[in-house]
Amino acid sequence: MSYTPTMFLSILPEVLLLVLGVILMIVEPFWKGEDRRNAGWLTAGGLLAIMAVSLLASRPGEPTMVFGGTLRYDWLGFFFKMMFIFGAAMTALFMMDHETLGKRGESYILLLAATLGMNLMAASADLIMLYLAIETTSIPLYVLAGFMLSDERSTEAGFKYLLYGALTSTVMLYGFSLLFGFAGTTNLYDLASMTVAGQLPVGVALGLVVLIVVGLGFKVSIVPFHFWAPDVYMGAPTPVAGFLSTASKAAGFAVLTRLFIVVFPDISYDWASILAVLSAITMTLGNLVAMKQRNIKRMLAYSSVAHAGYAMIGVVAVSELGVTSVVFYLLAYIITNLAAFGIVMAFGRITGSDEIKDYAGMSRRSPGLAIAMLVAFLSLAGMPPFGGFVAKVFVFAAAVQVNMVWLAVVGILNSIVGVYYYLTVLKVVYLYRMEGENEEAHPIPLTRPYAIGLVVLTLGILLVGTIFAPWFGFSGAAALNLF
Amino acid sequence: MTFPILSIIVFTPIVAGMLILLMPAQRKNEVRVMALAAATFALLLSIWVYFTYDSNAAGYQFQETYNWLPALGIGYHVGVDGMSTPLVLLTGVVMFTGVLISWGIEDRPREFFAFLFILASGVFGVFVALDLFQLFFFYEIAVFPMFLLIAIWGWIVTREYAAMKLTLYLFIGSVVSLVGALAMYWVSYQNTGVLSFDMLQLEQANFSEQFQIIWFLPVFLGFAVLGGIWPFHNWSPDGHVAAPTAVSMFHAGVLMKLGAFAALRVGIMLLPQGAQFWSPLVMTFAAIAVVYGAFIAFMQEDMKYMIGFSSVSHMGLVMLGLSTLNKTGLTGAGVQMFSHGVMTALFFAVTGMIYDRAHTRQIPELGGMSKVMPFAAIGFIIGGLVSMGMPGFSGFIAEFPIFMGVWYVQPWVAIIASISIVITAAYIMRNIRDVFFRPMPENLEGHITDVNVLDKVAIVTVCVLMIVIGLFPRVMVPMVQTGVDNILRLLGGA
Repeated sequence: MSYTPTMFLSILPEVLLLVLGVILMIVEPFWKGEDRRNAGWLTAGGLLAIMAVSLLASRPGEPTMVFGGTLRYDWLGFFFKMMFIFGAAMTALFMMDHETLGKRGESYILLLAATLGMNLMAASADLIMLYLAIETTSIPLYVLAGFMLSDERSTEAGFKYLLYGALTSTVMLYGFSLLFGFAGTTNLYDLASMTVAGQLPVGVALGLVVLIVVGLGFKVSIVPFHFWAPDVYMGAPTPVAGFLSTASKAAGFAVLTRLFIVVFPDISYDWASILAVLSAITMTLGNLVAMKQRNIKRMLAYSSVAHAGYAMIGVVAVSELGVTSVVFYLLAYIITNLAAFGIVMAFGRITGSDEIKDYAGMSRRSPGLAIAMLVAFLSLAGMPPFGGFVAKVFVFAAAVQVNMVWLAVVGILNSIVGVYYYLTVLKVVYLYRMEGENEEAHPIPLTRPYAIGLVVLTLGILLVGTIFAPWFGFSGAAALNLF
Repeated sequence: MTFPILSIIVFTPIVAGMLILLMPAQRKNEVRVMALAAATFALLLSIWVYFTYDSNAAGYQFQETYNWLPALGIGYHVGVDGMSTPLVLLTGVVMFTGVLISWGIEDRPREFFAFLFILASGVFGVFVALDLFQLFFFYEIAVFPMFLLIAIWGWIVTREYAAMKLTLYLFIGSVVSLVGALAMYWVSYQNTGVLSFDMLQLEQANFSEQFQIIWFLPVFLGFAVLGGIWPFHNWSPDGHVAAPTAVSMFHAGVLMKLGAFAALRVGIMLLPQGAQFWSPLVMTFAAIAVVYGAFIAFMQEDMKYMIGFSSVSHMGLVMLGLSTLNKTGLTGAGVQMFSHGVMTALFFAVTGMIYDRAHTRQIPELGGMSKVMPFAAIGFIIGGLVSMGMPGFSGFIAEFPIFMGVWYVQPWVAIIASISIVITAAYIMRNIRDVFFRPMPENLEGHITDVNVLDKVAIVTVCVLMIVIGLFPRVMVPMVQTGVDNILRLLGGA
């Protein structure tokens, strides 16, 4: 295997992530006291710089296999990588003023390690590489979820996430090993030719699909593999929950889309039917249960389950527009949900509460934060001019295009339920008052990292929702790589 | 490239709204002045558009086209025809008067005007949209601020219930239409090979008759929910009652037209054969709304509920006009949209003025208002005459052709629907007698003050419009007719 510049460029973001991690480890011990939160500035700034450098220097051209076919250097992977790095940068900002995460260098290094794993997940073209990448992602996240050792809920969250993750990834690994056993290769693109040539019996292939869906379904939290999500989101430190619900979910989708569309093209009707049913159930259950929640993090957890269902609509369309719409959906969703968790974090830090009823009077306590919340929640509800609207229209359009009108209708019925509970929260924020208190005497000051992060994300939501041609172009380039 | 006047009209309110949000919360007066300046600017531009629209040339004018997402054929395409030009003017008028009426709002006026202006942008955007995607985009923008405006600044008793009911009704309606729109989009692509949301393109898509018959009802009714069509009108009176005055004005004056207009533009114009097939059903629904709405309005003791149901009745007339699918009826519907818009805005404005002073809207508890607020009384009476369809006012110019158009198609329906004229006259005159000319109840004596200058400006503006159109129909009717000719061309005939 000879070295080519392409090889280096293909893993440039990952190399830089590693470099950033090393720099962080060297610099971090020199900061004392309050200064230790500077690690957050370094991480966020470094991640954004990595994003800029990668966008300038390592944009992929024609898809190529690198490192002996373990990684594929293409737009699909690249666009997802950029989303993960952006998500991590925002998460680092939100971590800075968290009481336990903020001043601990380890938390940022774990974040970088997880991001590195996600990047490899999005690019890997080989079962072994894929599995390693998934574990590289998961293990730091287990630790981060249980980071607050003195908090029982956080410990529970970390442990629960670990148990679920370990179990489902074992099932998936079993699927991988069978796949290897039947086909004699671990390369996804070689596997593809085997299944197309009919060397893999259809029944076996479907069985393998089911095993793999278990592992990836856990990552993207679709029903019935979603049970961990509400407890983990509620217990984990809020920035980590935000990261889990966005970047980690998107990474799952990156693998899911590539794996199924590349490896099992000729039984696409069968697995798409399975996923279509799961998608319908996921949306419905997620939304209906979200409606009943009193804790905002649990509500966002169920809402993120529902959103996995919407995004899945694009996957089951198994078309170029379908994949484009998934990628676009995830982009809009990552930005929106990060904003939502950022707001919950900023609010909870001052008030010490995540109960929806305590959001009463928020628009008087902090009008700016309330506007950000309005934008984020309306985007989640799928209202224009915010990103969520176009994203939903695209996935529904993809479903109608392939004559899956029923799934689009299920999605639309669900978004009505969604509108109801998102608006209910906004009602509390804007309409209700604090009992017997003067709200203006209880402001919610935003520290600088929150202010920056939320402004960037709010503008991002508007940008994705109004000027969507460039993002759609990138998503389309990513989708083109699969067909 | 021509001057992008329509885009400026569409984006003026939303940009002003954003700027208002950036102002400090305590500077309430500056916020109001800024709002008034933006509203005046938008009104002047819409007047400009109205008077420079060339009725002889007809067709879509002031067009602008930009690529929004070429890969999917989504464009930003605006333009107005004889149908939408009056509605743009209407929106400008209601926005302007709405700001004047809301001058006294003390609770977070910054957010109030910002949300109101986002709503206004959405409304302008729908009226000028020639691209189906863009139409939905602005349509939804017009829906969600209603929730906040009603829930936050509305009447404390019913606001939460009404706001949620309204939002869910409208959202369900619009997403049902959206599915139909997506179906049209893909079928048009199959038929013509052009991937486009542009409505002028979709007009030529040769949808099969079967396709049109299947999809007309969901698309038409989905939008018509916002037009208050029976049996989906239920949200509307509740919403009117719970909303603050300016929002009621917007809601009844403009938003309901949005529904009727979108139903016309997307339902009837893109699926004409479907419209012909289903027009008896639509006509039945509309006739029921006209008569039933009037009866329910007659039974109300709350002024706002009365006007709310009278809106259902009058919007029923619009739908009735649309369902005739002939030139007379459609022209009447077009004028009625404008006429009812200004009239009902006036009603809600006056009701709001009375409520602010007397703190009740119950007709039996009111009286003698003409002595203390003669200006408002005259305004309400003029509005009442319009509502009754009295010759010399815009209501006559609108309603007469509608009934005539219905007569051509179904004389019986015209006869039944005309019952509403009598009932309308009864409840309007009863209201005028009780509220304005009966001796004032003792508990109100001395507490009621006259309306202020801003209110007077608002009342004069709308009254002048109603009288001018009534006396000189040619300022509006020929323009609407050019729009109708275009619809008839699509319907293939006449």
